[in-house]
Amino acid sequence: MKTPAAQFKVQATALTQDLRHRQLIQTALGKYEVVRDRTKAAFQDWPAARQAAAEIKWEAVNHLDAHLVQLVRNLEARGTKVHWASTAQQARDIILGIIREKKARSIVKSKAMTSEEIHLNEALEEAGFEVVESDLGEFIVQLRKEPPYHIVFPAMHLSRGDISELFTRELGSAPTQNPEELTMIARRVLRQKYITADVGFTGANFAIAETGMISITENEGNARLTAALPKVMITLLGIEKILPRLEDLALFLPMLATIGTGQPLTCYNSMYGGPRQPREPDGPEEFHVVLLDNRRTELLADPEQRDALHCIRCGGCLNVCPIFKNVGGHTYHTTYSGPIGSVITPHLRGLQDWKHLSFASSLCGACTETCPVKINLHHHLLHNRRNASKQKPSFFERTAFTVFSGIINRPRLYQCAKILGRFFQRFHGLVKGTRLDPAYAWTQSRELPPIAPQTFKEYWRSRNAGPGSPS
Amino acid sequence: MIVTLFIPCFVDLMFPQVGISMVQILERLGHRVECPEEIACCGQPAYNSGYWDEARPVAAKVIERLKDSEVVVIASGSCGAMIHVFYPELFAGTPLADAAKELAGKCFEFSDFLVTKLGQTNLGARFPAKVTFHDGCHGLRELRTYQQPRRLLAEVKGLELVEMKEKVCCGFGGTFAAKFPMISTAMGDVRCTMAKDTGAEYIVSNDSSCLMHIQGLLDRQGSRMKTIHLAEILART
Repeated sequence: MKTPAAQFKVQATALTQDLRHRQLIQTALGKYEVVRDRTKAAFQDWPAARQAAAEIKWEAVNHLDAHLVQLVRNLEARGTKVHWASTAQQARDIILGIIREKKARSIVKSKAMTSEEIHLNEALEEAGFEVVESDLGEFIVQLRKEPPYHIVFPAMHLSRGDISELFTRELGSAPTQNPEELTMIARRVLRQKYITADVGFTGANFAIAETGMISITENEGNARLTAALPKVMITLLGIEKILPRLEDLALFLPMLATIGTGQPLTCYNSMYGGPRQPREPDGPEEFHVVLLDNRRTELLADPEQRDALHCIRCGGCLNVCPIFKNVGGHTYHTTYSGPIGSVITPHLRGLQDWKHLSFASSLCGACTETCPVKINLHHHLLHNRRNASKQKPSFFERTAFTVFSGIINRPRLYQCAKILGRFFQRFHGLVKGTRLDPAYAWTQSRELPPIAPQTFKEYWRSRNAGPGSPS
Repeated sequence: MIVTLFIPCFVDLMFPQVGISMVQILERLGHRVECPEEIACCGQPAYNSGYWDEARPVAAKVIERLKDSEVVVIASGSCGAMIHVFYPELFAGTPLADAAKELAGKCFEFSDFLVTKLGQTNLGARFPAKVTFHDGCHGLRELRTYQQPRRLLAEVKGLELVEMKEKVCCGFGGTFAAKFPMISTAMGDVRCTMAKDTGAEYIVSNDSSCLMHIQGLLDRQGSRMKTIHLAEILART
């Protein structure tokens, strides 16, 4: 089996040459940027809003212990059953346990990246349960038997034609390029599922410690139906989803919508505070909340990168990342792709196996500039690189940099290297752009400028040696 | 003022005209320029590859040589960011911590130096052409150099600046360009297309490293579009 790094390179090579893919993603995200900027302009002071959001998340994450205890106490006070899962395996076991106990057969799900993280669908299907994703994008990628392409737009890599073809093949519907008609096809299938499902499964956007409530924000109303119709509701969330106060949502909901999709607010914003209470007309009979660690506490223990836990999964950093736009979401082979994925995956799944993602970056900083909670994303890529190289240096690279360091700032050695460079340059034409070319990594796709006949230092020396020189 | 001009290795070897233009401009403004022979690299390649221990001796030499300078001007936004932003982190908790911070404080990218430090925007330059400007990411996001080059270009006689539709990385990224050439090249292609869409004859930047990558791609594609460093334009009268 290929290593994750080798797999990444193979797929990145394929996708970067796929001009249809490039066009599709560039166009979609180009439109997104226009709408996002328009919505952002409605904030009185966007930089101040970001600062406030960063401070609230700092408070939430740096006092996570206290906030979690408060959240759980408040959730339990209204009859919610809270479960703690240290690992993905534990989370799967807990969820399967609840489903088995309820003798459920079918589960309807709203969008939850944490469920991707613990590979819940595979586990449920293997155990013989029917699972249906109710978010339109997730429904589409589920039919295609592939993971979401993007944490907010799971099916953004598909055209209307692709979706029509898929629906015709899998659902037997008539071909159509009309987005509304395509939505109605999915809706007809999904409505039946809500009614017959025994368990509704959701993720969470925020968890409010002060009130013990789960906040879910969405555009299709599918999370509402998922939570309201089945008798049992299960919500899975990472422990970092905490916000201290209810009023924090006044900032975070518009912010998430703005950066996530360019909307001032998403269409449906719901709060779940527990199972159906006496005298309430509807709601689930049982409400389970599963709090997932899955190595988040290891990230919490790292003061340098702890702010990566501020992430509200808005997808903003993916949307502006030129790497993401060119290699696409599936190439990462991680639950969380793009810059945030490259930062946290080494923490969640092992540094040496996933360090290549931190190296696959031009460090342009567009991610950090856009992040609404001010995570220092591209500097964390540098930190991951440092940690990886320190823990397991490459013999070749370390030797190269040691030699480089020894030469570059020593004028005589530098001069010698220059002479050698000029000598070898004369023969470069023979191998340029071929596999024999020592500069092949560059010259396979680009021209390399030659060493100038007179370098700057040579110019400077000759000028200062000449008559009338200033020094 | 005595200006210490730090010419990084790739400018020295491949783009000497950029350094020469900077010398001409600074001298025309009445400053004395000194160019230290002893240093050629800020240490960024090793630093960005995660080899901080190997980067430190290179950077230490730079600090040692520049510590007594009145002001330091660097002929690349990327190397400028290395000294300004990353040296303090690289030397945190070492005996050079204070010296690193001090150097960071007096070190400027070229266009930033002209506009922010010297308050100069009109250098009497003339360059009759339609151009577009590419922001090197390190200059743009680490050093916040955005308005400075544009204010300088606005005063150049005969020059018409047409902006590209987005501020996006060209895909160079130092060692990234060699480690992931396919991604780097795709990013460069996207950037070149944006530049061509403006109808400009030249892509101007304040970072020769981006231009090396962009020009390399344009030449391979057989495009007639040219790249030129901001300093070369400003030196033309």
